[in-house]
Amino acid sequence: MKKLLARHETYIFLVIVIFSIVITAINPSFLTLENLFDLLKSYSFMGILAIGVLFVLISGGIDISFMATATVAMYVVAIVLTRFGGNILLCFVIAMSIGIVLGMINASIIYFFSIPSIITTIATMNIYYGLLTVLSGGKWIYGLPAWFREFAELRVFSLTNAEGITYGISIITAIWFAVLVLAWFILRYTMLGRGIYAMGGNLASARRVGFNLLHLHLFVYSFMGMLAGIAGMIIALLVQTVAPNQIVGKELDVIAAVVLGGASLAGGIGTLLGTMLGVALIAILGNGLTLMHVPSFWYNVFIGLVILISVSVTAYRRLKREKRMVTVELE
Amino acid sequence: MTGSSVFRKHSETIILGLAMISTVLLMWIFNGSRFLGSGNLQSMAFQLPELGILSLAMMVTMLTAGINLSIIASANLSGIIAALILTQFIQPGSSGFSAALVIFLAILAGLLTSVLVGLLNGLLIARIGVSPILATLGTMILINGFAIVITEGYVISGFPEAVKFIGNGLIFGIPMPIIIFTICAIAMAIVLNRTATGVSIFMIGSNPIATLFSGISNKSVLIKTYLLSGLYAGIAAIIMISRFNSAKADYGESYLLMTVLASVMGGVSAAGGFGRVSGVVIALVILQIVSSGLNLLRVSNFLTIAIWGIILILVMIVKFYTDRYQRRQTT
Repeated sequence: MKKLLARHETYIFLVIVIFSIVITAINPSFLTLENLFDLLKSYSFMGILAIGVLFVLISGGIDISFMATATVAMYVVAIVLTRFGGNILLCFVIAMSIGIVLGMINASIIYFFSIPSIITTIATMNIYYGLLTVLSGGKWIYGLPAWFREFAELRVFSLTNAEGITYGISIITAIWFAVLVLAWFILRYTMLGRGIYAMGGNLASARRVGFNLLHLHLFVYSFMGMLAGIAGMIIALLVQTVAPNQIVGKELDVIAAVVLGGASLAGGIGTLLGTMLGVALIAILGNGLTLMHVPSFWYNVFIGLVILISVSVTAYRRLKREKRMVTVELE
Repeated sequence: MTGSSVFRKHSETIILGLAMISTVLLMWIFNGSRFLGSGNLQSMAFQLPELGILSLAMMVTMLTAGINLSIIASANLSGIIAALILTQFIQPGSSGFSAALVIFLAILAGLLTSVLVGLLNGLLIARIGVSPILATLGTMILINGFAIVITEGYVISGFPEAVKFIGNGLIFGIPMPIIIFTICAIAMAIVLNRTATGVSIFMIGSNPIATLFSGISNKSVLIKTYLLSGLYAGIAAIIMISRFNSAKADYGESYLLMTVLASVMGGVSAAGGFGRVSGVVIALVILQIVSSGLNLLRVSNFLTIAIWGIILILVMIVKFYTDRYQRRQTT
């Protein structure tokens, strides 16, 4: 019990429960499977990106360029689709490869010239996004093939509600879960995962222990890039139009969700469970405000307050813990 | 002092100076006399100050190893508060004196708003111990939320002529904004290099524990830093609303990462402790020359953004090699 109380995840979970009770009391349609499945579909984009951001944060870095990467990936896929056709598997392969290449560029710059990751990725974000907009002329792409739309409608399993409308878990949500399982396996059971934590905890020690920091950098940033590619595909599937400026500028929202989940910007700390709870909190807050008929203007005020309160509580608890540790040392 | 030690002490300024001269030459070659014509110089002098003052607001927090993501959001909120006072209390028939009083109050309220945001940031970071990136990410979203709630997403516009003078007027042929920017830059340089607070700001950035043990209150220095940052955001806000003749919740969002770019390019260390106002000013001039020069060549704005990103990485790579060279010389 004491162990549970010391964990960040417990607190987020409690906050989510409290929010859910309040929202359900005002609008019972919140706590229905239909709404839940809907949320799981529309937030898979953020969920997948959050997993990538978590990896980067654990490794002690930060990536601001992932939205630009996702945009480049989905734009290239859309061009290939409309010009040459293809199939869904090919789409994903193209998107993921582009993400991996762009991620490796980030990793190489960060590793070989020891430029801080925040500066590198701010620069590459501008480069990727700027070049894409110039080369594409900022044009929107409509008229994706019919099978592309049909794939987005696929469900892993379906239920029918009282009014005869079918609903269920979308294939998009399934992709998110597959990524989640993969990430969980890497972090928990592989040397790679250990290496990422070690590198974020203390770079010099990780090197002394014998981890290959170049490989770790390349993996972390190209994994982020690959997930950005998948996320770009998801946006294309959900929206069915592709524009160069669709998702740019939302980087900090995803980072905020991961940080809400307890990941530390100093590196070495963070869990998948926490990150997913962070995304859930943001999703429930957004969905709940809509269901409670709060005007959408208020959305940022609430998100901002939740983030500020959460990071303040975390920081305050750490401050108290450190004080206690100091007194113990004095005794 | 030998030649090599002069170079070592000012290597960053020299590299930046050379970069500036070469960009000027490059743009001159491509654009001919148009580039150095008074029309172009004047338009550059109108464009640079907004980003310039915001970059100074970013720079001072980066010197303490922090960052201030909320500068654009607080500038927008300041602008909106000032704009509300201007549009609500000035009637077409009101006398010159009462109009001047309202303008004075509006500017004061605008500055006060962003100073208060700075105070909030300072308290969160210094008192509660929230990391700067998280604290200011939270206030950024919250403050932006308030700005949206107040304006409901609309533009507030229509100010008296006197207000437009701040952003568009000329004194002896010199644009008002560049005069304000010059004063701000000199004031910042004096604060940083000639006052006790300035020295403490650099010290906290290099080694907060040593600073604490030398009898300096880290907390009060950090709070002052974020107050100063907020004040500068407020000054930028006044110029912004005057130039646009309007205020809105999402003006200048693309400036945020540009201010980091300008600071870092100007030699401000992302890890804190190092950086000069002169470096940042030269970096801003380079960025402005590139963007104006490319604009004259009718190059897309987005390509300019990409080129800024490339310049940032190149500057960091040059810095990496000069640092390494200097380390080898000393050992």
